[in-house]
Amino acid sequence: MSEVKSRPKWGRLAVVPEAAAHLVCAEGVGLDAVAEAFGDHDAAQAAATVLLAGPTTAAQAGLTGTRVLSHPSRATAFTAFHAHLDRAKMGTAIYLAGSESFLNAASAIAEAHGVVREALQGEHRGARTRRVQCVHCKGIMEAVAVSPIVCSHCGVHLMVRDHYSRRLGAFMGVVVDAEAPGVLPQALRL
Amino acid sequence: MRALQYTVRVSEAEAVTPRVRRLRLVAADGTALPPVSAGAHTVVSIDTGERVIRNAYSLTAPSLSGGAYEIAVLRTPESRGGSAFIHERLREGDSLTLSAPANFFPVNRRARHHVLVAGGIGITPIAAMAEEIFRLGASFELHYAVRSAHDGAFCRELAARFGGRLHLYCGERQERLQVQAVLPNQPLGTHLYVCGPERMIEAVLADARAAGWPNANLHAERFVAPAGGEPFSLFLRRSQRSVTVGADESVLEAIERIGVEAPHLCRGGACGECITAVSHADGTLDHRDHFLSAAERDAGEHVMICVSRLKGRELVLDL
Ligand code: FES
Repeated sequence: MSEVKSRPKWGRLAVVPEAAAHLVCAEGVGLDAVAEAFGDHDAAQAAATVLLAGPTTAAQAGLTGTRVLSHPSRATAFTAFHAHLDRAKMGTAIYLAGSESFLNAASAIAEAHGVVREALQGEHRGARTRRVQCVHCKGIMEAVAVSPIVCSHCGVHLMVRDHYSRRLGAFMGVVVDAEAPGVLPQALRL
Repeated sequence: MRALQYTVRVSEAEAVTPRVRRLRLVAADGTALPPVSAGAHTVVSIDTGERVIRNAYSLTAPSLSGGAYEIAVLRTPESRGGSAFIHERLREGDSLTLSAPANFFPVNRRARHHVLVAGGIGITPIAAMAEEIFRLGASFELHYAVRSAHDGAFCRELAARFGGRLHLYCGERQERLQVQAVLPNQPLGTHLYVCGPERMIEAVLADARAAGWPNANLHAERFVAPAGGEPFSLFLRRSQRSVTVGADESVLEAIERIGVEAPHLCRGGACGECITAVSHADGTLDHRDHFLSAAERDAGEHVMICVSRLKGRELVLDL
């Protein structure tokens, strides 16, 4: 496993018992993590709102007491997340669950609304893909699963580094065959 | 290791209430003192003639832009002489020594709203924060509990400057600051800051936690003035020196009295700088700081020498 300081760390969701309200933003199979965390907490379920990017899954059966609002895309879920954060009061606990790129984007939204990093919970679920920026042409590639890759913008061979930029919400892709063009290390899953 | 010090002259000394004296301090050499952030404090060395007492005081709002610093000193009956000296014997024109300001209680610049809570003399850092937030144009409310309008420092100035954002609670008029009434309906991303008597701080923090506020959004300034106790013997293992810690001095002060330097910043049990390893304790450690966790206290391996003491015969420190 890569261990890089600038890469955000995520744990397991745990219900904050003192919270008066719970606001969850999840994507796809992230809903499983939400159901596991809230499963035994009837009171918390009743006080929770889940904004889900993507269709509901079987996991919703474990969240009978909760309002789960399914959104057609990540973008629409995030629009709703913005609106809920705007209206939320102190005493609302914030939870995120989904892929790494989802967690990065959602946590940036929460932080922009003044949520302190330490008070924000996230659980990683789903594919281990990365959002990558080519450091040479600055082009961004979504859902990169292997390294090295060909930059879809400028065409160079990029090694996906563990260096993560919180500002860009992306990992750095750096040219891998500068010395010997075309000589590439074996491709690995991220 | 000597921290940066300023020699200052008292340019104004004024009673703002019967129990609070305001001091304006300018550099003795005429240079401008550097600006400070709200929540910063300085350690004032007070030479009473018999001994040197060092007390930490919050820098008040007029210090923010630098030039001169101001502090407001409450006369406390349990004072070990520092505040009594400032009230009775210090005159305009006298010199004092200040440590360079340090800040363990800064304003969170990313907060969406700030709730400031002060009790009594706890207003000194809180009023500076209100001023800083006001200048930033950010949203805040200030809750200030005093015994009486007459006894509360800066009540009139704060009301004039902050208008409806100031909520004053007069004990005399049976007005109680009920923080439970303040906590609901604060927007997400609000930070709360509290300074005042220990009991008030604990109550405010407990109420906020019970209402689901994360610790990261709660900030308390809790300097404790070193209070006295029974005298005990102190032996410094590395420097091979021994000294008796008197009834009205701290371990740190006793060490400094015999010329041994120990690291420190706040001198109020808050910053952690003075943590010292205990080699041996013949007696029970009397922890009075806010830095060590309960587990660390129980382990008894470390002590914060600016405020904590020994109940017993002899303390041996790794100094
Ligand atoms: S000097 Fe700050 S805790 Fe002792």
